[in-house]
Amino acid sequence: MTDGYVTADGRQIGPVVMEMKNITLRFGGVEAIKDISFDIRQGEIRAIIGPNGAGKSSMLNVISGFYVPQEGEVWYKGAPRPSMKPYEVAQQGIARTFQNIALFEGMSVLDNVMTGRLTNMKTGMFWQSIWKGKAEREETANREVAEKIIDFLEIQAIRKTPVSRLSYGLKKRVELARALAAEPSILLLDEPMAGMNVEEKEDMSRFILDVNDEFGTTIALIEHDMGVVMDLSDRVVVMDYGKKIGDGTPSEVRNNQDVIDAYLGVAHD
Amino acid sequence: MPEQLAFTIEVFLNGLMAGVLYALVALGFVLIYKASGIFNYAQGVMALFAALTLAGIIDGQVPFSHLINAILGTDIHHFGWHVPAFLAILLTMVVMIGLAYAVQRLVFRHLVGQEPIILFMATIGLAYFLEGVGDLMWGSDIKSMDVGLPQGLNTWIDDTTFNAFGYGFFIDNLDIVASIIAALLVIGLVMFAQYTKQGRAMRAVADDHQAALSVGVSLNFIWILVWSLAGFVALVAGIMWGTKSGVQFSLSLIALKALPVLMLGGFTSIPGAIVGGLIIGVGEKLFEFLIGAPFLGGATENWFAYMLALIFLVFRPQGLFGEKIIERV
Repeated sequence: MTDGYVTADGRQIGPVVMEMKNITLRFGGVEAIKDISFDIRQGEIRAIIGPNGAGKSSMLNVISGFYVPQEGEVWYKGAPRPSMKPYEVAQQGIARTFQNIALFEGMSVLDNVMTGRLTNMKTGMFWQSIWKGKAEREETANREVAEKIIDFLEIQAIRKTPVSRLSYGLKKRVELARALAAEPSILLLDEPMAGMNVEEKEDMSRFILDVNDEFGTTIALIEHDMGVVMDLSDRVVVMDYGKKIGDGTPSEVRNNQDVIDAYLGVAHD
Repeated sequence: MPEQLAFTIEVFLNGLMAGVLYALVALGFVLIYKASGIFNYAQGVMALFAALTLAGIIDGQVPFSHLINAILGTDIHHFGWHVPAFLAILLTMVVMIGLAYAVQRLVFRHLVGQEPIILFMATIGLAYFLEGVGDLMWGSDIKSMDVGLPQGLNTWIDDTTFNAFGYGFFIDNLDIVASIIAALLVIGLVMFAQYTKQGRAMRAVADDHQAALSVGVSLNFIWILVWSLAGFVALVAGIMWGTKSGVQFSLSLIALKALPVLMLGGFTSIPGAIVGGLIIGVGEKLFEFLIGAPFLGGATENWFAYMLALIFLVFRPQGLFGEKIIERV
């Protein structure tokens, strides 16, 4: 049995952390996802790509618990995951960002990143209200983690700025910081580069690679910019009209006839 | 010092004290509105219910005694004991937390994602229901409330001002205590929201539900928490009003006075609720004293607050501290 593999650039990829088994998701009569299976391995950057409306975001929402599939199972850390609420999924160590950015606009950057630490803070309401001893130590420890991530993503300069005043690109980065602050076992990125200019895209790509490299974070990302995905990811799932049409390394996927058809269109005769 | 000026200052101070109580009720509104977008019409009734419960517990009344007697043919009304005020306040708080849980579990959990107007209608229903339950539980007679707060003329202020101005100010001890407690309550709430884990989660939910879910915050828990906090604020307001003018059902009407306070301060701002309350309190007392009574035949206190709110609605609809309403298209 093969447990993991070594990537082209020499990184060791570990065993399977999450496995989607025959997932089908319907909205009324529409099948957004049709019988899809794939896995995500420890430490890899896994991309889900496909044209608009392929069901990529639906897939991410299934993983993060926002949608409940009608059929199929999500296996997490070797066991089937019972049906749970999105916040419970988050508590299990699956952090995510949103395509349309969902930050706490009224709060400062630091506060936003600190909310990412909520699942790691265990003291109860009583100690928190007194704010001495246990609660204070916990706050300090978590604050250190948050500051480390803020440094890492180079947003120190805007730590105290309310998020509502930031540019789109910076907001995306703050959202990444918040998700990262949870020290997640899987980080889900929903179109991290959507709506960015070339320079911002390059920055974001660099951060994604650095995060994976530095913290060993397993990353699953959705993107429809093919070029970016091919450079970033170790393995790619390709979706089209809710079906999986390809799965493999970027070069395998690139040469897959179905994938080429889906992206470039195919002549019907 | 001319007597007119001394009078004015006294009226001003009394207005501040009255404003504190308005602010307390408005504070309960703001807490729930911020976290869940629900405009809780029942906040005033919650204050009434809390006051009724507290007075009933202190007095050793048997809850639902009329109902029990009617069904079982018994004639019991009192347990025959008196509960110490501190313990009674704790018990009342337990009841208010239970109420928060029940409201969330039985009503608002089923209305998640509904239009604000539907949530508002639900709170109107809740207000009448709660008033009815309060009546059924504790009876409708006016109760006196005594939890040991000092009451009556503050002689020190009276003496000092008499020596200084030749005119002694009449300031009620209860008003002073109420102001201090309200100030502590607000500081406590702001600190809780700003520096604790639960407070951070509360602010997160107030800002964006989806994002809050994604960082592992249970919306249900936070909603129960804010309803409990609103219940706590209602209890404090209920104690103050109850001590001042007896626990009676007209207490629920103070909720209406909180409306102009909110329009002034903004529906989403805790400091706004306080400042709004003080402005309304001072404004209506001063207006009555300087303009209302001499020129308009008095009784302006009934409508002054609403008129002020109306002016604010025209010129600054988000209130003094509210978030600016920007609709992105």
